[in-house]
Amino acid sequence: MANVFNRMGDWVTDRAPGFLPFYRKHMTEYYAPKNFNLWYYFGVLALVVLINQIVTGIFLTMNYNDSAAGAFASVEYIMRDVEWGWLIRYMHSTGASLFFVVVFLHMFRGLLYGSYHKPRELVWLLGMLVFLVLMAEAFMGYVLPWGNMSFWGAKVIISLFGTIPVIGSTLVEWIMGDYLPADATLNRFFALHVIALPLVLLLLVVLHIFALHEVGSNNPDGIEIKKGPKGNRWDALKPADGIPFHPYYTVHDLVGVGFLLLVGAFIIFFAPTFGGWFLEHDNFIAANNLVTPAQIKPVWYFTPFYAIVRMIPSMFGTAVWGVLAMFGAIAVLFLLPWFDAGKVRSIRYRGTGYKVALALFVISFLGLAMIGTDLTDEIFPKIFGAKIDITLWDNVFGRLMTAIYFGYFVFLWFYTHLGWEKTKPVPERVTTHD
Amino acid sequence: MTKRYFFSIALALGLLFGSVAAQAEGPELPESGAGVRDQASLQRGAKLFFNYCVGCHSLKFMRYSRIASDLDLSEQDVMNNLNFTGAKFGEQVISHMPADQAAGYFGKAPPDLSLEVRARSSDWVYAYLNSFYLDSSRPVGWNNTVFPNASMPFPLWELQGVQTAQKKPGSDDIEKLELTHPGKLTPAQYQQAARDLTSFLEYVSEPAALQRQRYGIWVLLFLAGFTFLAYLLNKEYWKDVH
Repeated sequence: MANVFNRMGDWVTDRAPGFLPFYRKHMTEYYAPKNFNLWYYFGVLALVVLINQIVTGIFLTMNYNDSAAGAFASVEYIMRDVEWGWLIRYMHSTGASLFFVVVFLHMFRGLLYGSYHKPRELVWLLGMLVFLVLMAEAFMGYVLPWGNMSFWGAKVIISLFGTIPVIGSTLVEWIMGDYLPADATLNRFFALHVIALPLVLLLLVVLHIFALHEVGSNNPDGIEIKKGPKGNRWDALKPADGIPFHPYYTVHDLVGVGFLLLVGAFIIFFAPTFGGWFLEHDNFIAANNLVTPAQIKPVWYFTPFYAIVRMIPSMFGTAVWGVLAMFGAIAVLFLLPWFDAGKVRSIRYRGTGYKVALALFVISFLGLAMIGTDLTDEIFPKIFGAKIDITLWDNVFGRLMTAIYFGYFVFLWFYTHLGWEKTKPVPERVTTHD
Repeated sequence: MTKRYFFSIALALGLLFGSVAAQAEGPELPESGAGVRDQASLQRGAKLFFNYCVGCHSLKFMRYSRIASDLDLSEQDVMNNLNFTGAKFGEQVISHMPADQAAGYFGKAPPDLSLEVRARSSDWVYAYLNSFYLDSSRPVGWNNTVFPNASMPFPLWELQGVQTAQKKPGSDDIEKLELTHPGKLTPAQYQQAARDLTSFLEYVSEPAALQRQRYGIWVLLFLAGFTFLAYLLNKEYWKDVH
């Protein structure tokens, strides 16, 4: 049997000599640091969710109807009349939320261990592009079931572009192809969601991984294994602290994938709406331009950014500032490698200032999410009494959180460029923790 | 060290999601106690729906045949006892009341109830069914504390009886509803009937709930076994890596 496989391999190699070296470069001879911890699961988990979204998405398109008249009913048709349609739909809707869970954690890992530092700036930039396209993809996908929250969410988000002076209202009409989110909007969002953006997303993910494999993975110690001693069990010239990605990290990742599937399956089978957070109550009502939902708010994963829009007041007769701040919140993330000139990468060896700043940054992100989801409207009266002015408190809290969010980047620039950071000594070899 | 970081962050996220999930249900309503697992309750609820509700409300995404197979009823049971609209067995539950005329009668066409529980929650539907009271200022003579100024008359009044609102002294706010004219059912029996009807509508909102809960446990067991094997495999591969 092994002989048959060998001969098949030789047959391919005779005709395409580049395949085997390619496979070796990215799998069996890609030497990853051997000290990866739990944080290093989320990249591969994002890949698993991406594949899930593509496969379940293909099956959904077979029965989905992308017209304003038929979209909502076709989703219920999938839920009720299509064999296993409910499972495919829940896998797709749960996958969308889990995608953001793992991507946020994956990005946070980069902040923890300085994975965006030189020479991995390009890996970070490509990853940020993936994140940007993912947000567009998720937004358009959210519109497709054509529930009332789809409709009003689309209306609000698209009208953000209307704040741009001079061209705003024309731009909004151009995006929607109508004066309201309508048939034309749904048609084009469907096309973009199932063809255009997935292609871009896949290309960017491949580039993200290729760029990573050029420079090699960072690790929880933030040291460069390529600069350390050479020679391991498999190759005398490769880093001593490296280990072949396949089979070592493939079996390792399999455990993480198992956990992800357990969490995903639990949600899919026992809490598919996740208490109204993954599938919202108002989206079980068909789109209706005459009935506004009591609260229009985006799905949870957009809320930190959406909250920033709400926190910036209109000035000089235009509301564009909030929108600029929201896009700015993503733009500063792109520039993170240039804000942070720290001499060490990993939080294990960074100064106290960095640790405090990162903790505050996380708090600001979660705080903004709480405002965006309107949780603060319930929490503040419980803490400060029922008579408080909620709008005022939301604004005070939200502006503080916005300031901290952007302050992180400003602080980081001063802290590292002016040499205020007192770092700890970095070990020469990776330490095997745990 | 990193494990501690990870677990504290996981814990924080867990608490956040926990509080988030707990808060998501909106205004505080009493627990309905409705659910889709008690088939007898679903059957009673179906009977109530087709006797009292289908005159005005459709279930446009729900087929008679699906109700039969999910609720363990025969085609004959459904066609003789539930289907009063003359629809075929494989067709959806469409009320005979024309929407435009209904809008004329009530001011607003009665909504389709296929997804009512998913849009509102079962607690809401249960509370709504318990909160009708006489109000001579309303066109149909009924009002509701859960959905003020609803345009719906109360077809279950002969079961529950008639409730009237007790106002707070010196104010128009309603303090509580009092049963001033008993119906065919005792209050406890009526609450069970409302629970049955709510359970049926919960089932109608998501018929797949019956399947997913049945399969879910096996999927989780399989994945737990898979993850355990993956864990052992990983341990075997990594045992001599230091």
